[in-house]
Order: sequence, then C-alpha cells, then structure tokens
Amino acid sequence: MSTLEIRGLKVSVDTENGAVEILKGVDLTIKSGETHAIMGPNGSGKSTLAYSIAGHPKYNITGGTVTLDGADVLEMTVDERAKAGLFLAMQYPVEVPGVSVSNFLRTAATALRGEAPKLRTWVGEVKDAMQALSMDPSFAQRNVNEGFSGGEKKRHEIMQLELLKPKIAILDETDSGLDVDALRIVSEGVNRAKESNNIGVVLITHYTRILRYIKPDFVHVFANGKIVEEGGPELADKLEANGYAEYVTA
Amino acid sequence: MTTLTTNYLTPTGREEAWRFTPLKRLGGLHDGTAVIADRHSLTLGSGNVAGVSFALVSASDASPISESDDVIVARIRDFAKEVSVLTIAANTEVAEPIFLKRSAGALDTAEFSRVLIRVENHARATVIIENSGDTHLAEDLEISVAPGASLTLVSLQEWGGKSIHAGRQHAVVDRDASFKSIIVTIGGSLVRLLPTVEFAAPGASCELLGVYFATSGQFFEHRMFVDHKVPNAKSRVNYKGALAGDQAHTVWIGDVFIRAAAEGTDTYELNRNLLLSDGARADSVPNLEIETGEIVGAGHASTTGRFDDEQLFYLMSRGITLADARRLVVRGFFNEIVSEIGNEEIQTRLMDRIDSELAKAGA
Ligand SMILES: Nc1ncnc2c1ncn2[C@@H]1O[C@H](COP(=O)(O)OP(=O)(O)O)[C@@H](O)[C@H]1O
Ligand SMILES: [Mg+2]
Repeated sequence: MSTLEIRGLKVSVDTENGAVEILKGVDLTIKSGETHAIMGPNGSGKSTLAYSIAGHPKYNITGGTVTLDGADVLEMTVDERAKAGLFLAMQYPVEVPGVSVSNFLRTAATALRGEAPKLRTWVGEVKDAMQALSMDPSFAQRNVNEGFSGGEKKRHEIMQLELLKPKIAILDETDSGLDVDALRIVSEGVNRAKESNNIGVVLITHYTRILRYIKPDFVHVFANGKIVEEGGPELADKLEANGYAEYVTA
Repeated sequence: MTTLTTNYLTPTGREEAWRFTPLKRLGGLHDGTAVIADRHSLTLGSGNVAGVSFALVSASDASPISESDDVIVARIRDFAKEVSVLTIAANTEVAEPIFLKRSAGALDTAEFSRVLIRVENHARATVIIENSGDTHLAEDLEISVAPGASLTLVSLQEWGGKSIHAGRQHAVVDRDASFKSIIVTIGGSLVRLLPTVEFAAPGASCELLGVYFATSGQFFEHRMFVDHKVPNAKSRVNYKGALAGDQAHTVWIGDVFIRAAAEGTDTYELNRNLLLSDGARADSVPNLEIETGEIVGAGHASTTGRFDDEQLFYLMSRGITLADARRLVVRGFFNEIVSEIGNEEIQTRLMDRIDSELAKAGA
C-alpha cells in the first residue's frame, strides 16, 4: 500500500519577465489502487503538476510538500523518484535520436529493478507488452519516439507503464491524439497495469471520453493552478454537460 | 637529400588552411624538423583474397594520382621512395572487409607514408584501416575508384594519447563510381585529416561520414574538400563530433566547390557538435562555392549544442541515472554514423572507447 501526498504545492517557472507562479497551492492524496481524474481547461497547470512531481528542472517549487510513503519526493533526483515508484506518462514524449526502444527499455528496467533482467524472460516480457498494445515487433528497433505517430508515442508510454510497474502513475493527456480504437487499446493497457500491480493512477485529461474506459474513483477539477472542485465520477458527467466555463470565469 | 624540402614554403599559421591548427604540436611534420624514419607500418590484416593484392612498390611505379597544395603532402612525396599499394582487381567483389593496420610506431621519429588504394573497374570492396598505438605519422593516402566501382573506406583513429597524425585521404571518383568514407577519430594528441574528393566523370558519387570525440587537450581537425568539376555528381557529408573537458578542440571545415561545368550537381553537408563541458571549443565552417545555378541542390547545416535537458529528463524519469542518461544520449548521437561501419565488433569497440573517454572526462 502506497500513498502519494501533495500538500500546498506551489510552483513557478522563470520567464523573460521574471518568475511566474503557475501552481497556487495544490492538495491531493493518491493511494494504491485508486484512480483520480484531474480535469481542467488548457493552460490551467495540469502538466506543470505532473512535471513538478516527476522533477523536471524547468519548474521551481516555491512552497508545499510532496511525499511518497512519507519520503520527501522533492529532495530526490529525477531518477530517484522513478526508483521510489513514480511514473509519468508524458503528454509530449521526447525523441532520443540513435537510442533504440529495446535498448532504452532494458536500460530503464535494469535501473529500476537493480539488476539486468534475464535476457530470455525479458525478450518475452517486451514481446508480450508490445503485442498487448497491438504494436508491431519492429517497433523495438526504432529510435525512442523518433518519427512516432501521436498514437505510437502514447502506446510506447503505456508499454513502459506495464513493464516498469510503478506504485503511482501520472498519465498526462494519454488520451489526446488517439482515435477510438487506439483509445480503447491504450485504456485497456492502463487497466491491466493497474489491476496486476495495484497502481495508484492520476489521469490528467481535458476530455471525458477516456473515462468511459478507465473508471475514476475521484474527479478533481483543475483551474488556474489549483483544484477548484472535487467529487466522484458524477462530477465528470456534469463537466461533460457544462464544460469548464463556470470555473474559468470564477 | 633533395633540395625541395628546404625550399618548401612552411606554414606560419596565418594561412586559411592552417589558421586553426596548433603548429607547435605538429611534431615538425610541416616544417622539415621531424626526424623521418624509414618505416612502413601499414600491414595487411586479412588473409589472401582472390583479386586483392597489397605490396610495397617503388615510387617510380606508383606516381601520385592527384595534385595537392598541402605542404605535408609535398614533403611526403619528396621523401617517400616506396608506396604501399592495395589493388582490388577489376570486377572483383570482396564480401568481407579488407583490414589494413598501423600499429608499430615511435614517438622520437616520424613516418612519412604514401599509400595508394586502387579499386579497378566495377570492383566492390570495403577497406578498414585501423590506427592504434603511439606514433608520429604524416600520411598521403590516395584512392582511385574506377568507372562503375564502389569503395567503402573506414579509417579508425584509435591512437594512444601521444600520437600526432596529419594526413590527406584523397579520392578520385570516376564515372558511375561511388566512394564512401567513414572516419572515426577518438584517439591521439593531434589529428589533422583532409578527406578530399574529386569527381573525374559524370555519375560519380561520394558520401563522407565521420565522428570525432575529443577530450581534455586533444586537437582533432577534419577538413573536407569536395571538387565538383564535372556534371551530375552527387556528394553527401555528415560529421558528428562531441567534446568534453578543458582545452578539447575540434575543427570541421566543409569546403564544397561547384565549378561552372558541374551542372546537375547534388550536394549537402552537415556538421553537428555536442559540447559536453565548459572549456571545450568546436569550430565548424561549412563553405559552399557555386559557379553554376544549373544544379539539383546544394545545402549545408552546422549546429553546436549542449545536452538536451528534455532528453535527459525523459530518460531519468525512467530511473536511469544522469551519468547513464548522458552515456545513452552520446551513444545515440554517434550511432547514426558508427552503425554505418557495418561491423558489430568494431562498432562495439568504438562505443566502449567513447563510453570510457566520456567517463574519464567526467562529463
Ligand atoms: N516555461 C514557461 N514559461 C512561461 N509560461 C509557462 C511555461 N511553462 C508553462 N507555462 C504556462 O503555465 C501555464 C500552465 O501550463 P500547463 O501546465 O502546460 O497547462 P495544462 O497542462 O493544464 O494545459 C500555461 O499558462 C503556460 O503558458
Ligand atoms: Mg498539459
């Protein structure tokens, strides 16, 4: 059982006009096995929250705490956060020229498991994970995210979720850019990973459609750098009907 | 001794061709002060192959196939009484790479070496030159690729830390022939190479690829010249370099000359440098001179950058340490060109050397 606890998190970024505060005090608690949907308009700070938890150097933490089972996440380097059990599926996964998917995955698995996975079982593991996400085997030989379609990038992120087995996963707009079939395949991947490893999931999204496939236990409305309303799955239905207008103008 | 040596113009460092080179570190290869030993260190590494011959030939039977205004080349030609000649006979297709090795060397004397690689009509081969150990070497390597022939020449500078190597690798590429050069420079104190190509007839093509990795105190210069003097020839240049550590210095010069007669020319050259620490310096000068507008294409690009924070963040967010993430990015950067060598054993060896140089540099 793991708990990610975010308390009063404030984050700013440096711009030409000085520091700009983007997160203005975020409180959120995620436990193993729970699914939290974070929904909000573009520019409200959802990705900033995700990157800040993962430790992206661009974001300055100006207040608050983030702990995973009591350990201070903000004190950890980026790789230490992953080793502690955090995973971020990125909205815009990064190209790494010349590094093959297979080499990347094996290096990551070796780092996270503390030893190189046995070659025989590993090859099977990767093959199964790729098959489950309807990915062509040739994918493993391509360079990380280089020339991937939007859908391929997202499948690749979720494949990592399945292989790397984190405690808490933050999925940043994993649904964007996916057609209906891909959305179903990717959602099934998330559900599978969640079931088999009791992962706590933070599902960041702009639209409600992914919630048809991944059922949230909690819904948080995010606007202007903070959570402005919270509830159960029924809150998503309200958003579907009314949009974000009432939160943005408020 | 001939008189030419003493008469020959010695560079001062102000000349365009020498303005980046630290002449004091050239071991006298350029100014006649080097003590020249009568050494022929180049040996054939692979066994006998039908259609392939390698021999030391009297200079009078192996005249230069090109002119050069390089002072070191002039000194070599003045000195060398014998030439190492590798011939691949007409219509021979050599499946396995032909290995040439240079290892036996010395630091108190210099070797002035002439080498000729002749690929006759419609022959196809890959030649891999492996340079290792410590030596002072001035090298005039000429390559003729006859009509319809094809040569891939891999030149590996895996020298020890004290080596000084100044050389020209000049290819004359004939009608419908193709020449591919892959130069890897990761060892030596000073390495200055001139990969140059002249197209002798239409339909010829060349690809000049290279990687270099300089750490503290190393100076590596690669100065191409592609002479498009006939119509319908194609050239591609792609060099990638990385630098780590104080006083690491690399120079890449890409001169491409499209003469008035060279209609239908297609050329593109690219140089990318990765600066892995402060105090390192990468000079990169693409230079395209065009005398005719009737061409297919001509372009160049040059970039010098540091580690991409987004790439490092992405890798580290998967548990990979900063050091390992940097290693992966550097390997990935070089992989595009190293993988073109097509020999797993050599590729692994080179990547391991790059890893260890990177680790030593602490970048
Ligand atoms: N480096 C930056 N410089 C200036 N503004 C930034 C920077 N990064 C993010 N922002 C701003 O922060 C706000 C939140 O961005 P983001 O977290 O990406 O929102 P969301 O993911 O909800 O669409 C936006 O207004 C965006 O313009
Ligand atoms: Mg976003």
